Amino acid sequence: MADYILTERQKQVARSGSNTGKMVCNKPSVAGSVSQRACVFCGSRVVLYPIADALHIIHGPIGCAAYTWDIRGAMSSGPELHRMSFSTDLSEKEVVFGGEPKLYQGLTELIDKYNPKAAFVYSTCIVGIIGDDVEKICKQVAQEKNIPVLPVQAPGFQGSKKDGYKVACEALFNLVGTLDMPVPKYSINILGDFNLAGELWILMDYYKRMGVHINATITGDGRVDAIRNAHNAALNVVQCSGSMAHLARLMKDKYNVPFIHVSYFGIEDMSDALYEVAKFFNSDELMAKARDIVREEVGRLMPALQWYRERLEGKRAAVYVGGAFKAISLIKALRLIGVKTVIVGSQTGNSDDYEVIKKLSDEDTIIVDDSNPVELSNFVKEKQADVFIGGVKERPIAHKIGIGFCDHNHERKEALAGYEGMMNFAKEIYATTMSPIWKFTK
Amino acid sequence: MANISKSTSSTRNACKLCAPLGASLVFKGIEGCVPLIHGSQGCSTYIRRYMISHYKEPVDIASTNFSEEAAVFGGGQNFVTGINNIIKQYNPAVIGVASTCLSETIGEDVDALIRDYTGQNGNTPLFFNVSTPSYCGTHMNGFHQAAIAAVARFAKSGKTGSQINIFPGFVSPADIRYLKELCIDFHIPATVFPDYSETLDNVHTREYQLVPSGGTTISELEMTGSAKATIEFGTVFNRGGKSTIGNSIVSAGQWLQEKMFVTNHQLGFPIGIDVSDKFFNLLSGIAQSPMPDKHQKERGRLIDAYVDAHKYVFGKRAVIYGEEDFVIALAAFLLEIGMVPVLVASGAASGLMKSTLETIAGPDICIADGSDFASMREIMQELKPDIMIGNSKGYYIAREMKIPLVRAGFPIHDRFGASRIHHIGYRGTQELFDRIVNALIEYKQENSPVGYKYI
Repeated sequence: MADYILTERQKQVARSGSNTGKMVCNKPSVAGSVSQRACVFCGSRVVLYPIADALHIIHGPIGCAAYTWDIRGAMSSGPELHRMSFSTDLSEKEVVFGGEPKLYQGLTELIDKYNPKAAFVYSTCIVGIIGDDVEKICKQVAQEKNIPVLPVQAPGFQGSKKDGYKVACEALFNLVGTLDMPVPKYSINILGDFNLAGELWILMDYYKRMGVHINATITGDGRVDAIRNAHNAALNVVQCSGSMAHLARLMKDKYNVPFIHVSYFGIEDMSDALYEVAKFFNSDELMAKARDIVREEVGRLMPALQWYRERLEGKRAAVYVGGAFKAISLIKALRLIGVKTVIVGSQTGNSDDYEVIKKLSDEDTIIVDDSNPVELSNFVKEKQADVFIGGVKERPIAHKIGIGFCDHNHERKEALAGYEGMMNFAKEIYATTMSPIWKFTK
Repeated sequence: MANISKSTSSTRNACKLCAPLGASLVFKGIEGCVPLIHGSQGCSTYIRRYMISHYKEPVDIASTNFSEEAAVFGGGQNFVTGINNIIKQYNPAVIGVASTCLSETIGEDVDALIRDYTGQNGNTPLFFNVSTPSYCGTHMNGFHQAAIAAVARFAKSGKTGSQINIFPGFVSPADIRYLKELCIDFHIPATVFPDYSETLDNVHTREYQLVPSGGTTISELEMTGSAKATIEFGTVFNRGGKSTIGNSIVSAGQWLQEKMFVTNHQLGFPIGIDVSDKFFNLLSGIAQSPMPDKHQKERGRLIDAYVDAHKYVFGKRAVIYGEEDFVIALAAFLLEIGMVPVLVASGAASGLMKSTLETIAGPDICIADGSDFASMREIMQELKPDIMIGNSKGYYIAREMKIPLVRAGFPIHDRFGASRIHHIGYRGTQELFDRIVNALIEYKQENSPVGYKYI
């Protein structure tokens, strides 16, 4: 194993084809490793953030709120209260004497001012340590203001980003089942798409064309009342296994809503996402319509993609993203345009995900969990990747080495999901790998 | 002069960041230094992300990655593991350690952790640490706290040399390069600290430099104690941050003056001709030579530009916001060119903006300290400003009010080239002035039914 990989991390790196057993993952990041992950708070924040008619108040000193203000797309078709950043902005005085009064005052003032449908109260690192009883305040304010006020117990140190997903799911689960509205027969909830660049609207359109009713979108373009009524849907369609699987399981146990896992990146996965829903409802009509959509969309897309494929054939990609599900789809999507994935990693994948990745990948692909700049930059050099697909923190790795980059997270402005998204993806990979400027970096 | 505070008890759309970010900037300005944040993983990752989006450069900041166990029993073990791993991966010359709200609240003694580590391990990197709980002050307090910590750790007193120190505060990489160029032109040996002009605005390196080249060297920091003089920009410095009971030192320059008798010259950020003149006079005095012709000409061109464009800017009502020392300087500059800073706002709350601006500004100026963007937006509905000047986070207000925003300071997350914006001296003033004038012209042109070809 390469000497730049820390001893504690050696088992979190594997190469496909070599028989090394299951990968180690689901571990806290190693101190000093410069992990690309954030914390529990971050996990809960990204999941709940797109709920646009809720008040999101962060209880703690200012940093956590400042760094997550309007941090990514999370587009809303209506209210945009989620794009405001609210913080109790604790100062030294409250740290010494307690932050409960400031939280109570902040919540009541803001609820009066903005009239939200619900409030989420995020506890950050020091809240438990200074002994604030956030649940008590939430209950009190909920009673006084007659809206759900939900504590989100997210001190950064209580696990990793993935534990934050779970905390968020539990807060959501407290909302689910508190409203009963009639829903049509073929109704689904979409879980785990956050509508960063409008991709939710793309796939909603496909499902609508099939004749499927979308009940709640959790949480992309999310609304409190729809989430409260989410238990009345016939099916939960879950993307991004890490973030929303927990809510799906909770809803299955309590409300008997079954769930399926899907992904919307790339042609194959997108088509499967439609077929699986039709299969679930056991409806020939839905299946026929799904086939029509796929035929129409793929028929339009393939010739256009072929043009890109001819030009991109043989290029090599490095993929490092938050969730492993996305990584899996990206391998397939890249293959479709002739690009070979030589490095695949994620912040939060589980061992099953990594097994799937191993099987899917070409021989000797580097597979990595919870990586860092030292490893990623060495991997890119070794594998001579031509393009990196990742988030903001990976961009300088690609650019300093002198290879292309495609943002698949916060700073994304073009939707990459669905058939349209596949086209956007191909265009972006082409633009970044074919730029004439690379001659100056060689 | 009205003083307006926040209109809610909580903060809505903060106009400040937390202290460890400021400390990280200072760490990035020291050659061979890797920052370590003693707290949860998120602190370092969020700060990295925030800085990368502005500087478009690698920003590697390690974390001791507190677990629940560490939060209960102390982060000592995480500290040791963290340092060991930083050494293995980065092999840095220096490690700068910043604390967080978490490690401060549970009472971590970072001094002792470092002492133990260096006692038990030979040949370690140099350490220095700074106390930066995010519930005290803003990123600027973290910045100054770290700058003071660095000189306190490394400066050595000795026979007064010929060199000077320049502590510019939080300026852009382009500003730092400009200061270094000035000192070369004046033939003054100088240490600019912190110097992140290269580490946060590097050339294309063809590789991922784990520890980017550039930065103030440790030997330069050592020599700050024997410098002929220090010039530092600011008025507020570290005031309003961590309680300074028993410790009245608010800046690195003041520390050197009190502890090592290095004459300290404090002046506001040199934005505008008046303050820049003061700065250049200081340099002339130290160099005992007149201003080099090149800079004399830059000054001359700036005055010529003031003349050519004075009518575009006269009486225009501006909202300025950001770090206190930065907005105090901007206010003085706007007054110099005949603009009216109708609202001067900062998320920081040292209380010094009002007293500092009282002497130069008229009665029709609103001072909002301890403010936030949502409160600013509310005030602005009545003030009806013509233009905003500050970081990119005010964009949503400018967009809503359909007025131009001239981006300056930090962060600039929605434009390209933030590192290369000049703010200070004749050159920086010229650039700011051009951009303000053009923003006003563009606004007029785009909102005119005529579509003027000449303005």
